[in-house]
Amino acid sequence: MGAGHGHRLHFHGHSVVHRAPAHLKVLVLLGFVLTVVATPREWYPVFGGYLVLLLGVVLLARVPLTYLLPRMVVEVPFLVFAALMPFVAEGPRVAVPLGGWEVSLSESGLLAAWGLVAKGTLGVLASLTLAATTEPADVLRGLQRLRMPDLVVQIMGFMIRYLDVVTGDLGRMVTAMRSRGVDPRSPRHWPALARTLGALFVRSYERGERVHLAMLSRGYDGKLPEGVK
Amino acid sequence: MTPVLDVQRLAFAYPDGHQALFGVDLHVHRGERVALLGPNGAGKTTLVLHLNGILSGETGHGEGSVAVSGLPVTKKNLLEIRRRVGIVFQDPDDQLFMGSVRADVAFGPANLGLKGAALDKRVDDALEQVGMADFADRPPHHLSFGQRRRVAVATVLAMEPEILVLDEPSSNLDPASRRELADILRSLDVTLLMVTHDLPYALELCPRAVVLSDGRVVADGTTYDVLTDEELMHAHRLELPWGFDPRAHGPAPDLLRDARHPR
Ligand SMILES: Nc1ncnc2c1ncn2[C@@H]1O[C@H](COP(=O)(O)OP(=O)(O)O)[C@@H](O)[C@H]1O
Ligand SMILES: [Mg+2]
Repeated sequence: MGAGHGHRLHFHGHSVVHRAPAHLKVLVLLGFVLTVVATPREWYPVFGGYLVLLLGVVLLARVPLTYLLPRMVVEVPFLVFAALMPFVAEGPRVAVPLGGWEVSLSESGLLAAWGLVAKGTLGVLASLTLAATTEPADVLRGLQRLRMPDLVVQIMGFMIRYLDVVTGDLGRMVTAMRSRGVDPRSPRHWPALARTLGALFVRSYERGERVHLAMLSRGYDGKLPEGVK
Repeated sequence: MTPVLDVQRLAFAYPDGHQALFGVDLHVHRGERVALLGPNGAGKTTLVLHLNGILSGETGHGEGSVAVSGLPVTKKNLLEIRRRVGIVFQDPDDQLFMGSVRADVAFGPANLGLKGAALDKRVDDALEQVGMADFADRPPHHLSFGQRRRVAVATVLAMEPEILVLDEPSSNLDPASRRELADILRSLDVTLLMVTHDLPYALELCPRAVVLSDGRVVADGTTYDVLTDEELMHAHRLELPWGFDPRAHGPAPDLLRDARHPR
């Protein structure tokens, strides 16, 4: 249990971007993502412009790219999906040389994949930049100021608080399985792994019930009290 | 004088029909420190959850009554009851659910309607009492287990309870954290009910012990007398740790401590 600062997505700093009010940053992020998504994917140079703009903000925040890039793994499932599209999509086909082979790919699929990759990458990078420059608690306060429903803010707060507890639980369970000869990488052991996930779910659910009891015990009535947020 | 805690003929069955308490009587007076002992499954946690109305005849099938400083535990009194009875649960991760230590300690008093400077003062005082004032702005999950247990105690102290109820306070603590917590508990000017399996801890901190077994109170006396009654101990699956002999320490818990850690 480290006694460090902030959260694992947060990069400690004091730049202009770090100090900007959280609700403003959330709004800018939202605006940016919506604009990116609404941009027709054929406007190739415009995406270049977005990227330059985003990198400018990252530079201003003095968050090293080597910090952000590894955290972009969350995007991998989308990339895999995007890579499949040119193969499976309908419509006119183009022949593309690929390692000495001519592969026939769907034109509309290629375009869709490009759109997904470009927009996804920009969105993820922008979100990571927000996370890197804003403490989770401040993001929540920002959302609250933007009149996000109280319940949603509470749920997000609990997610942040218990992420480490649940991943810690999972880590210990996997270690215990490994110690008894299970290799999580081997498909032969995936059923056992799935059962572990089931157990983790039950554990987390029961913890949720105990947390609720503890909250009731301190006078909780369904609403977070003023002044503690 | 009205006892702080007045439990009379309390019986309770869980909704699945399992009867956990069979007519429990328990009185705790102001300033007392009482250990609640008993084997696993004896009904200790069930009893504790009745003290602030989390469980009651309404949740399951029950009889009898609980009153805190004369105020009966009923639906209408719940908020005041939960202020008067401060429960520290066994796992601090269940108790600390906010994003920072300060927000967590403020949660209870804010529910009672405290605001602004008065709220801040409550929080600072409570953290001071458990020696965690320097950690107010940390997220709870970045603290050590012993520190989290101490913050959990502070979250309840901040509500200025009349009785502090601790479920297994020494579990999972290393010896140094265990002793630090004992020092803190001893320094508090509050009535204490401590559920524990840690019999030396009970002897060290609580002059009086109550034994619960199969949902009944089977003994109520000085902790020294209870721990040295071999027949009783054996009958209710209570065992002293190897090498620990209460007789070697004598009956007075506070003197015992001074003898072991001379000032
Ligand atoms: N939610 C529940 N539903 C049904 N039975 C329960 C429930 N919680 C506890 N019990 C049963 O009630 C008895 C007393 O439990 P508990 O109060 O947790 O004991 P202790 O804290 O002394 O170990 C046990 O036999 C336990 O199995
Ligand atoms: Mg228990």
